[in-house]
Amino acid sequence: MKTKLQNKIALNIIRIIAALVVVILLFLLGDILISGVPHISWHFLTSASQSFESGGGIGIQLFNSVYLLLLTLIISFPISLGAGIFLSEYAPKNLFTSIVRMAIEVLSSLPSVVVGLFGFLLFVVQFQMGFSILSGAIALTFFNLPLLTRNIEESLRAVPNLQREAGMSLGLSKWRTVTRVILPEALPGIITGVVLGAGRVFGEAAALIYTAGQSATNIDFGNWNPFNATSPLNLMRPAETLAVHIWKINSEGVMPDASAVSAGASAVLIIVVLLFNIFARIVGNSLYRKLTATK
Amino acid sequence: MDPIKEKIQSNSRETRQDLFGKIITYACITLIVLVVLSIFIFVASKGMATFFVNKANFWDFLSGKNWNPSMLDSNGKPMLGALPMITGSFGVTILAVLFATPFAIGTALYMTEIASGKGERILQSVIELLVGIPSVVYGFIGLSVIVPFVRNYIGGSGYGILSGSFVLFVMVLPTVTSMTVDSLRAVPRFYKEASLALGATKWQTIYKVILRSSTSGILTAIIFGMARAFGEALAVQMVIGNAAVMPTGLLSSASTLTSVLTMGIGNTVMGTVANNALWSLALILLLMSLFFNIIVRLIGRKGRM
Repeated sequence: MKTKLQNKIALNIIRIIAALVVVILLFLLGDILISGVPHISWHFLTSASQSFESGGGIGIQLFNSVYLLLLTLIISFPISLGAGIFLSEYAPKNLFTSIVRMAIEVLSSLPSVVVGLFGFLLFVVQFQMGFSILSGAIALTFFNLPLLTRNIEESLRAVPNLQREAGMSLGLSKWRTVTRVILPEALPGIITGVVLGAGRVFGEAAALIYTAGQSATNIDFGNWNPFNATSPLNLMRPAETLAVHIWKINSEGVMPDASAVSAGASAVLIIVVLLFNIFARIVGNSLYRKLTATK
Repeated sequence: MDPIKEKIQSNSRETRQDLFGKIITYACITLIVLVVLSIFIFVASKGMATFFVNKANFWDFLSGKNWNPSMLDSNGKPMLGALPMITGSFGVTILAVLFATPFAIGTALYMTEIASGKGERILQSVIELLVGIPSVVYGFIGLSVIVPFVRNYIGGSGYGILSGSFVLFVMVLPTVTSMTVDSLRAVPRFYKEASLALGATKWQTIYKVILRSSTSGILTAIIFGMARAFGEALAVQMVIGNAAVMPTGLLSSASTLTSVLTMGIGNTVMGTVANNALWSLALILLLMSLFFNIIVRLIGRKGRM
């Protein structure tokens, strides 16, 4: 009977632990949303932030976050697509490939603050780009590359070899087989990975503090010429993102309503990340259905 | 020349396409390798400057207890003792992983051994959501919930290693859990069946068979959790108190390598001792992350044998 009792106790402890983890998540989400959502208003989402008085919004930061995310994806997607195709289709079994794999592993486990500091050293200081959206986007690219590459490689690998053989037997080159046969089938997985990665990039702050900077310059939403200093599209302006904003107002402590603004901004961040997660699933599933003709 | 001969002797369109593909993919992958190499070269050359340009003693740097790079000590050398930050970093990392491991293993066991399909899916999305919450949001929750909690119920100012490790606990939990799940799933089904057929209870099977055969995978998961905790910057920086002194306990203000870096790089001038010393801290971070990688590889190699 003793073993039966032990079994019961142990299994129940495991159940309790799992339940606790769910409770932790519910508590976190509840805390953020309950304290944050009441602060979200149209005014909060669109107006500029204030430094020394209350009532500021997060409009510019929100725009910067989205813009930075788009730039990062534009830079990192093609590179990781090439790298992913290499690893899953071309990589020979030799020293070079194992070095490459190790490099990607190391890059993915580097602390994001180190990646940010490297970006600061190379782009902000060495290349004299200053604190700018472009430096930030490049730093985020370094941060995003290993994840995206691995995701693309795995999605490509999941495509059955039959498809490759079919392409080859039709006399297609390997490159054409990959781009016209394998890639479309792997697309749903790739898109899901890109969107999930986008969620991570959206909330990243440590890599941005010293690359995209901590100041949100006033931008003029009527002026869309990228070469103009006040244009929202200007690549060389410093751009504080939403996540950096939360960090900055909490560590500086000069804003009177810092906790309210951070609660609101945190809620916005969480909601955006949740939307990314849901979106990734929906798009992945519907693309899969469309491309593979499954019901 | 004869057009047929020319066509046969020149490369076909397919060969050219293949060459094109090879060049492109090789270029992308080489770019990534170059990025990693240059991160190491740049940070290392900056980090070494403290020892080669400013002539600081490497051993004193690692073991010194006074960190105040802009001040000179009695020997006329800048006070570059990084031990407080190193202790802080290891303190929060080890505590966080100690808290997280039982939770992670429990949750992973529930997902793989006990839960129905629905329960597993629910926990799967719980873990995905925990991964998705940005680190500044964890820091903000730490600041608004954990710090007051520690202050009111445990003691001290609320800022310190304990609060830092509570925040990190939640942050490394999903990493460790999902990797543990993977390693539990990799246990061959017939191990479990054999054990159950011998009359073992579910718990005996879990404890004596499943956990034993996935030990190396679970260790890998824990090391990855440590790597994540060690490198986490902002969430820790927000709750640890940022006093660059030797921590006297879990409840006193402390600092970590990452927190000093985030605070300091903007306030020091490039090329000065104070700035170089910070780059040396970054180098330590880099080397630690490499070290965690090597351990994971060693465990993987041992697990295969």
